[in-house]
Amino acid sequence: MTKSLDTRAVMLFALVAVLFIGTGFVQSWNTTLTILNMGLISAIMALGVNMQWGYAGLFNVGIMGFVALGGLAAVLVSMPPVEDAWAAGGIQVLLGLVLGAATVVGAILVWTRMPAGWLRAVLMLTVLIGGFFIFRAVFDAGVAAVESINPASTGYLGGLGLPILLAWPVGGVLAAGAAWIIGKTALGLRSDYLAIATLGIAEIIIAVLKNEDWLARGVKNVTSLPRPVPYEVDLQSSEAFLGFVGWLGADPVTASSVTVKLAYAGLFLVVLLALIWLSEKALNSPWGRMMRAIRDNEVSASAMGKNVKARHLQIFILGSAVCGLAGAMMTTLDSQMVPGTYQPLRFTFLVWVMVIVGGSGNNWGAVLGGFLIWWLWIQVEPLGALLMQGITAGMPVDSWLRDHLLDAVAHMRLLTMGMILLLVLRFSPRGLIPER
Amino acid sequence: MDLLNALVVLMNFVIVPATAYGAQLALGALGVTLIYGILRFSNFAHGDTMAFGAMVTILVTWGLQGAGITLGPLPTALLALPVGIAATGLLLVGTDRVVYRFYRRQKAKPVIYVIASLGVMFIMNGIVRFIIGVDDQRFSDGERFIISARTFREITGLEEGLAFRTSQAITIVVALIAVALLFWFLNRTRTGKSMRAFSDNEDLALLSGINPERVVLVTWLLVAALATTAGVLYGLDKSFKPFTYFQLLLPIFAAAIVGGLGNPLGAILGGFIIAFSEISVTYAFRKVVEYIGPEGWEPDGLLQLLSTDYKFAVSFGILLIVLLLRPTGIMKGKSV
Repeated sequence: MTKSLDTRAVMLFALVAVLFIGTGFVQSWNTTLTILNMGLISAIMALGVNMQWGYAGLFNVGIMGFVALGGLAAVLVSMPPVEDAWAAGGIQVLLGLVLGAATVVGAILVWTRMPAGWLRAVLMLTVLIGGFFIFRAVFDAGVAAVESINPASTGYLGGLGLPILLAWPVGGVLAAGAAWIIGKTALGLRSDYLAIATLGIAEIIIAVLKNEDWLARGVKNVTSLPRPVPYEVDLQSSEAFLGFVGWLGADPVTASSVTVKLAYAGLFLVVLLALIWLSEKALNSPWGRMMRAIRDNEVSASAMGKNVKARHLQIFILGSAVCGLAGAMMTTLDSQMVPGTYQPLRFTFLVWVMVIVGGSGNNWGAVLGGFLIWWLWIQVEPLGALLMQGITAGMPVDSWLRDHLLDAVAHMRLLTMGMILLLVLRFSPRGLIPER
Repeated sequence: MDLLNALVVLMNFVIVPATAYGAQLALGALGVTLIYGILRFSNFAHGDTMAFGAMVTILVTWGLQGAGITLGPLPTALLALPVGIAATGLLLVGTDRVVYRFYRRQKAKPVIYVIASLGVMFIMNGIVRFIIGVDDQRFSDGERFIISARTFREITGLEEGLAFRTSQAITIVVALIAVALLFWFLNRTRTGKSMRAFSDNEDLALLSGINPERVVLVTWLLVAALATTAGVLYGLDKSFKPFTYFQLLLPIFAAAIVGGLGNPLGAILGGFIIAFSEISVTYAFRKVVEYIGPEGWEPDGLLQLLSTDYKFAVSFGILLIVLLLRPTGIMKGKSV
């Protein structure tokens, strides 16, 4: 597993470590850990995208959707169930969903099993339209009943009340399911079509999360999800912890917050290391070589008897599942689910920058890109503000241009990321740690 | 009378808005399809190109308004449109020189262009937000209505009103002119013919002495004109907000693919298919049914198939169906 880590890679990782440690000295250790935790999650997302792009050359621009599905899993697994809502209409909502699914399956059966002709088309349309109205009738009534139960604090079905760590694999499974639907339709066509289909499914997933209040409260957000690690307040009142902090001579409030962040970092690190180990094993196995062979020349790979479409579907589902896992971890870290924060530029395109900059096809490269680009994404804003203050220093205080420039600092990020992506793609297309 | 009323409701809320929206989508999809036909990649920066063109036009419009120059009943933005097109043309040709030309010489795979277009999208998005901010901007002026709902009711004596906004009329007229010019250019001029030849068979076109760089240059200029026009018309009709322009990418791509990527006629057809389905699926048909249906038969619900929040799902659904059943699009686009 260390074979792909040469001196150059070690140096680059050391450099990133220096950046993080430097942040600790210049700003605060709390900030460093906050960036580090999201950096770990970003690295996992980058690993997932690297599987799709680096191993197989699949272009997925719907990462945001898979990440959001992971977040949904965190809510559905960890929140306590809302008994009243279940009693009011939970079963009816589920029945509605089953009817909806049955309609789609029925239509597909009609289409595949019947001989072609106008009768088939008419029958399929009848099944679809009739099924849709039955679905809406059952489903809407159930939703209305669920959402009317205490809408200010619940108004949704709640979750299963299980430990939130279980949500991580569940998030992966949800994302894998969505990936299966997309892969089945768009794989095997031009690469651009997969891109557009994933772009679409991501928008739709976000629209569902924002509007289906019965599912995860929509834009009312689900907050205070249970945590896998202790709360700061509990730590501050625990004798053992206070004794330990006193022995270190640190401030209990800061120390508790640092401890919680370290605990998260530990959990995430375990997942990241396990994933790196698995993906390195996979990449260096016959399966990994087959994947790269397919990527480099689909025609000759299929002439050798490899089922290109099935392998593409497989890797697409795997990569998306990793993104879903990362999404569940992120929602766990935030301990809230806010559908409004899912922005494609932040969750889809930024991950792409990480993979391209880090080195597509190389797992370590993707991880490095995840840490480096996330650090930059966070730090570009204060750096940009500093730059702008420098530029505007000579301007009169009440000038319109000065205010405008200072306000516009927030948008420096997009410019910088675009520049980095284009520059790396042009001058170092294989990334910082190239594929061997 | 009831039938007429139902028809007027339908016109007012579905047909007129969908025609205007369809025209905007068609212009956007034409740009995407031209780039696809000539440069052979899906340009993800197209939504932000539209936003950039609209932004320049808005800034010039504000300048003109400040100087007291208006077009009377028509929006001043029409006067500013040529400036917007010129600025966008410069930006796109510049982008091509700095970014895409390198990959053309390398004969890179299409997906590399797409990734490069992501980078371009970031930068354009950044520029637009940097200059004009992320907020809603309104820049329409002049007469708001050609026929307002009230005047229509007074003239016809019907219960329902039909409002026809100036922005809708302008959208349709401008789109018609733009499409007519485009097709005249592609079918009648020498440069247009060389573009079509290049799109059909690149090697053959090169052999017959067509200069590829010139074809590419003309394509970017056409795309700039189409994208800016689409962006300004959309902004006049609704409002200008950078993020909505990014989101337009999905319906525009859906329109181009449904019609057949690389096929200009298909792009127009696709634009209208997407617009009409998006609006009619998310429209509540209750009022229409109330007028047509028999007495005492009024429906309880809104008779809305999908809530408007899911309008993206409509374009996406159509896209999936077309990809499953006829991947080259309705009008036979380029290879799958």
